Amino acid sequence: MAKQDDIALMAHLMRRAGFGASRDELEARVAKGYEATVEELLNPESQPPVDPYALLRYQPAALLPGGQPPMGNVNYMYYLVTTKRPLQEKMALFWHHVFATGNSKVDNYDQLLEQIEIFRNNGMGNYRDLLLKMARNPTMIFWLDNNQNHGNAVNENWGRELLELFSLGAGNYTEKDVREASRAFTGWTFETKIPRLPYGRFPWKFEYRPEDHDDGEKEFLGHRGHLNGEDIIDIIAQQPACARFVCRHLYNFFVADEPQVPAWSLEPPRDPAALDAMAKTLRDSKYEIVPVLRMLFNSDFFKNARNKHLKSPAEVVVGTLRLVGGYDIPKPGYGELSMQPSYMGQDLLNPPSVEGWHTGSEWINSGSLMARINFVAEQLGDQSLPGVQAIIGRLKAQGTLSPEKLVTACLDLLGPVEVNSDTRKELTDQAKQWGQLSWDSVPNAQTAARRATEMMQLIVATREFQFA
Amino acid sequence: MATAQKDPVLVVLQLTGGNDYLNTVIPYNNPLYQDNRKAVGIPEGQILAFDNEYGFPPYLAPLKKVWDDNKLAIMHGVGYLDSPRSHFRSMDIWHTCEPEKVGTEGWLGRVVREFDPKKENVVTAVSFGPCLFRALAVPGVPVACVAGALENYGFLPNIQEPTQRQQVLERFSRMYQPIEGSGVMDYLGTTGLDSLKGADILKVAPSLYKSEVKYPNTSIASKLRGIAQVHLAGLGTRVFYCDHGSFDSHAGQNPLHAKLWTDVSEGLDAFMTDLRQHDAADNVIVLMFSEFGRRVRDNGSGTDHGAAGATFVLGDKVKGGHYGEYPSLAAERLVQGDLNPNMDFRGIYSTILDKWLHIDPVPIVNGTYEQPAFLN
Repeated sequence: MAKQDDIALMAHLMRRAGFGASRDELEARVAKGYEATVEELLNPESQPPVDPYALLRYQPAALLPGGQPPMGNVNYMYYLVTTKRPLQEKMALFWHHVFATGNSKVDNYDQLLEQIEIFRNNGMGNYRDLLLKMARNPTMIFWLDNNQNHGNAVNENWGRELLELFSLGAGNYTEKDVREASRAFTGWTFETKIPRLPYGRFPWKFEYRPEDHDDGEKEFLGHRGHLNGEDIIDIIAQQPACARFVCRHLYNFFVADEPQVPAWSLEPPRDPAALDAMAKTLRDSKYEIVPVLRMLFNSDFFKNARNKHLKSPAEVVVGTLRLVGGYDIPKPGYGELSMQPSYMGQDLLNPPSVEGWHTGSEWINSGSLMARINFVAEQLGDQSLPGVQAIIGRLKAQGTLSPEKLVTACLDLLGPVEVNSDTRKELTDQAKQWGQLSWDSVPNAQTAARRATEMMQLIVATREFQFA
Repeated sequence: MATAQKDPVLVVLQLTGGNDYLNTVIPYNNPLYQDNRKAVGIPEGQILAFDNEYGFPPYLAPLKKVWDDNKLAIMHGVGYLDSPRSHFRSMDIWHTCEPEKVGTEGWLGRVVREFDPKKENVVTAVSFGPCLFRALAVPGVPVACVAGALENYGFLPNIQEPTQRQQVLERFSRMYQPIEGSGVMDYLGTTGLDSLKGADILKVAPSLYKSEVKYPNTSIASKLRGIAQVHLAGLGTRVFYCDHGSFDSHAGQNPLHAKLWTDVSEGLDAFMTDLRQHDAADNVIVLMFSEFGRRVRDNGSGTDHGAAGATFVLGDKVKGGHYGEYPSLAAERLVQGDLNPNMDFRGIYSTILDKWLHIDPVPIVNGTYEQPAFLN
């Protein structure tokens, strides 16, 4: 049987590099080994992709959801919940946080889902190539007005956010660089949109219009020439600030909560040595993402960062649905489930602005805290769900449960969750109210199962459970 | 019977999705109305006219009564410059009063902070909807968010057995004690305890409530009934928020619009009757808004996103009537086919803040706007 420490570490890896895992899966992965698991996660193609035809069969409207938020979210949620390539999907979510593009303006879930698909297919490839793909992504172009960026009338929206939010961070370029970068991207647009009514939406396609491109001489970050957009991206990638900026995003997402992005030029990173090491790896590999992820997941700073990350609503919802099981097909009811992250403050495919979501403690307010706790508790209180049955089965296998044993076992099977001594005392005192639980008769077993789900509901309501 | 406190109370009813102004306040004598609304127009014979210019569609009959009682103010041509025609962005602008950038504070969250800076009453604002509306969101300001039925409001609603529930919630409260100097854990503690306290306070409301009024069996009526219960319990709530929708009638508009407004106007009728029977109506006004109006010309079965809309305020202390001007329907006066806004929504907020809630509107709405005079 796997050692408790190994399980805890594997659970940490799977929460961060994926969306958690059942106890069966954790045990299997521990048997395989930590580094081998990291390698498997880094090679998503070794596992089958999500089957889009199941989505088509059960929720045809979710395949091309147009302007309907529930259908757009059903599509995305189905991938998140059923993927067998957890790190690939987690990286797609990561890039969605970074290249935050929202339906509030795009008004086209088809395009937003296509952008997520780009993240899925390229999010573990090369950062420089991904940045170029974003520069050519019609959804991004429309979101940041680059279709209004003309040779004779520069619009700086994309040029500025490219530098400030997507690559270098404030303080690492001048206003003139913003202007020159924007000039270099003039003429990068997309084919004229066909009016969407009455036949629905049409796919958007990138278009380069040389006649609308300002081919004059430019000077960007010390480089001079008739620079075009791709040159700008190459120059950006040469900047030491670029690797550090991307790695700080990775650190904030995978390791421990950093301040919000606009504060990064003012507040030092939480762990400068870790950031240096990550940035060096990224630069040495010429911006290949896999080496820096490998280095990160195998590092001590990652392994020691348990519970230093407040779960995002997507992590709460997806992690819970994967744990409790029963959501393998996009059956009716998926629409409401897929809107749950938005009720907790993370409207997927519709971040509040190009800055993305504010993370860490900013996920929490009086409405969102109750929404997240009640959602997880409702799922874990449902004994008809296979994952809940599996947990009860494991509790039952431990035989008669004293109050202490019930608490320890439930904390273990839900994480393991680490709680402070005051919390543990409250949980144990509650279990003492119930006395010893046994499974030796049908009514006793029913009571024990109900008490176990009540204990789990109390555990998911703790402050500690909000962290990963 | 509980007596209601007499501090002024604001109820906001958000018509989510973009309500069609033209078919709500119908300029039925304007030939351009009939010209533009060949498919989704309301036939003249069905219109409940207020005068020889404007009228309601038949499904607003309960609201017509309020108008006849001179307790309904209709604000015309409401919006703001460069209306983005996106639901989400528009709603955000209405919620934060920030048309130029993404705001971080909701206008009503600021109101709550103004009323209760020390957070002495965590139910100063109560919201009935799936999540915390941005209008109410200000970091650190507690708002009770009732996502389902008021009777089930609170943490861990699945644990129902009374003794169990009480024990579990007591544990919750002890587990959330602030841990000083712990940063996030401390913040989580305060937030959790505020929510718990809110739930604890609100749960008395349904049991204190007795009423003869039958509310219709609709989602908006049950939200309004919840608001009545909390208001009548006298818990010091000053701001209520609820929503109904979706008014996004791109297709099949006529039956959809009729159903939505039947639900809203019948629900409001029951709500106001309920408050009056409890002598608790005269300190309440209801603000009804939508994020934008809809395109002037219909698209064959519905209408697309537009700009200017109508905003309504009703209540026993409201001076009924028309405020502002109905924007011109003439083709040359439209902006991208839409009615051009001529009243800033922040002016309406300002009247409510200044003349009803008696707080300085300027820092709440980020500026000074002309106030339509629908309150004394």
